[in-house]
Amino acid sequence: MILSRIPQLVVYGCVSGSIITLGAIGLSLTSGILKFANFAHGDVMATGAFLALFFLFVLQKIGLPSTPLHPLSFGLPLIFAFVLSMLTTGGIAVAIDRVVYKRLRTTGSITLLIASVGVAFVLRNTLQFIWGPDPRYYIKKIQKSIKVPFLGIRIKPDEIFIIIIALFLVILLHLFLTRTRTGKAMRATSDNIDLAQVSGIDTENIVKWTWVIGSALAAAGGVLAGIENKFITPSLGWDMLLPIFAAVILGGIGNPYGAMVGGMIIGLSAELSTLFISTSYKPAVAFIIMIVMLLIKPKGILGEE
Amino acid sequence: MDFIVGILNYAVFFAITAGIFAILCLGLNIQWGYTGLFNIGIAGFYAIGAYTSALLSGPPPGPMDWRVVGGFQLPWPVGFLGAALVSGFIAFLIAIPTLKLKEDYLAIATIGIAEVIRLVLKNESWLTNSVWGIKHIPAPLSSLIERSISLFLKKNPDLPFWLQKLFSNAYNFFYLGLVIFILIILYLVSEKMIRSPWGRVLRGIREDELATATAGKNVFWFKMQAFVIGAMLMGMAGSLYAHYARFIDASSFEPFFGTFLIWVMLIVGGSGNNLGAILGAFIIWGIWAGTEFFTSQLGLTGYRAASLRIIFVGVILEIILILRPRGILGEEKIVSLILKQNKKGG
Repeated sequence: MILSRIPQLVVYGCVSGSIITLGAIGLSLTSGILKFANFAHGDVMATGAFLALFFLFVLQKIGLPSTPLHPLSFGLPLIFAFVLSMLTTGGIAVAIDRVVYKRLRTTGSITLLIASVGVAFVLRNTLQFIWGPDPRYYIKKIQKSIKVPFLGIRIKPDEIFIIIIALFLVILLHLFLTRTRTGKAMRATSDNIDLAQVSGIDTENIVKWTWVIGSALAAAGGVLAGIENKFITPSLGWDMLLPIFAAVILGGIGNPYGAMVGGMIIGLSAELSTLFISTSYKPAVAFIIMIVMLLIKPKGILGEE
Repeated sequence: MDFIVGILNYAVFFAITAGIFAILCLGLNIQWGYTGLFNIGIAGFYAIGAYTSALLSGPPPGPMDWRVVGGFQLPWPVGFLGAALVSGFIAFLIAIPTLKLKEDYLAIATIGIAEVIRLVLKNESWLTNSVWGIKHIPAPLSSLIERSISLFLKKNPDLPFWLQKLFSNAYNFFYLGLVIFILIILYLVSEKMIRSPWGRVLRGIREDELATATAGKNVFWFKMQAFVIGAMLMGMAGSLYAHYARFIDASSFEPFFGTFLIWVMLIVGGSGNNLGAILGAFIIWGIWAGTEFFTSQLGLTGYRAASLRIIFVGVILEIILILRPRGILGEEKIVSLILKQNKKGG
């Protein structure tokens, strides 16, 4: 009885794991290079989700045909809005860095952490000020799920889209980190910022790139969360905070590949936990896994000893 | 006259809330200001205190309630002490695995714990009545004081209206006295502790954990004491809130009011300074109240007004962090009474 539910929960876990992964990669990159735990990262995801809503509105207003791309439940406007939101969120993150974090960079990681809590509340309440606390929808239509033969699972085309997009972005990031100069410099800076600086890497430029990429990925995660849940609220960021932190710690801070592994583990275990405990405690599962990890292997699964 | 009484009644309400926040700030100051323990789950301990006190001293479950336990109707001091003890005990349990962690990990751990506590409050209706909350929590001595006031007002029906209005609010004056009394006691005790050798060890841990350990101090055990004592203060503040508000539910302990505002208060007042903690609580609570006037002038209501006020507080925090990170009062360099005397003498 219980066993028969597992394949379906694995599907849900993969979908939410993909979303958590996108958030976690950005958080891991920024914590690795800027050396502080950015508590505003969840709210950056929410900002991305709402910016997509804004662009969606604009694109539909200017008359972009919004007929759904079969079998997906949404059309081209949302896809364009998705990309625009990623770019804008990256820009906003750089602006926040200029105004707040850059001035505090010499004061130590804890001051930056406190500042990021402040940024988190400012972002969340800016969203709430503009859009209000009630759910907002990208798509109003309910999509039918398709039955996969033999496996006994059901999945929606939108969910397949989420997994594919997440995978695509992760591969893109991998190519960026391994094939481009900036990407390699980013990894070097994350490993040892002083060494990177003396070997001629412009670390300020790297910091800028880290914000852009990390926040663009966060925005992607936010939009995909909106597609999966069908709605977004300003508290989206707060709800994502624990899972993404858990994923980052699980994978080892500063390691984007670890964040991917961590994200999938958190997504899967949160879903599978519903076999045993009430669904309302799903967020607590991520937290407990994180604490256990911190106790046995604080450097994370892929962290170096 | 009427106007003045209105202001006075508001001032009392204002000061009671600010006083409760000041106690939370003192608790955080012991944890963060002196020991460097990063707790962003204050709301959790605050809530535990409030619920413990409400369950110990509150009424038994009514016919419409979901909860099945609690409501022992014990005297308020029992609820107050219970709040401190349970909050401290939970802090002790949490501290065992987490205090060994680096400060930013501790931050994540505390935020997670506060979230778990919030989930428990929301979902375990047998204990907390979930979203319906706990109602009719008695305020200490309220029946006695309120009864004698109404008796007095009945006997003197020809009192001027403003005096009647003032008297009908008399209970809040009493409660304000209680909050201020407890605040002063807690302030004096924290000052005494921090100026003792024990307090200097805490500051040593904050500045350099390794050096303190090398000096033969059991760093973990000192951190534990600071964390638990701080959490006990937060629990006491929870009890004072529950019996003042007379109704609590999970939404009373949201991250903004329960945690973030307290951090802003401590940082603005000056972390590492008990007087700064109290000052910060009154200033920021004053600013918070002032922003309501500001938003109503702008014609904003509901969530728009609330969001704008929170944004404003967030901006204040960033400005203080950038321009004056030590806060208004800042920390005294020397807290030891002996060293201070020597300095004066020499």
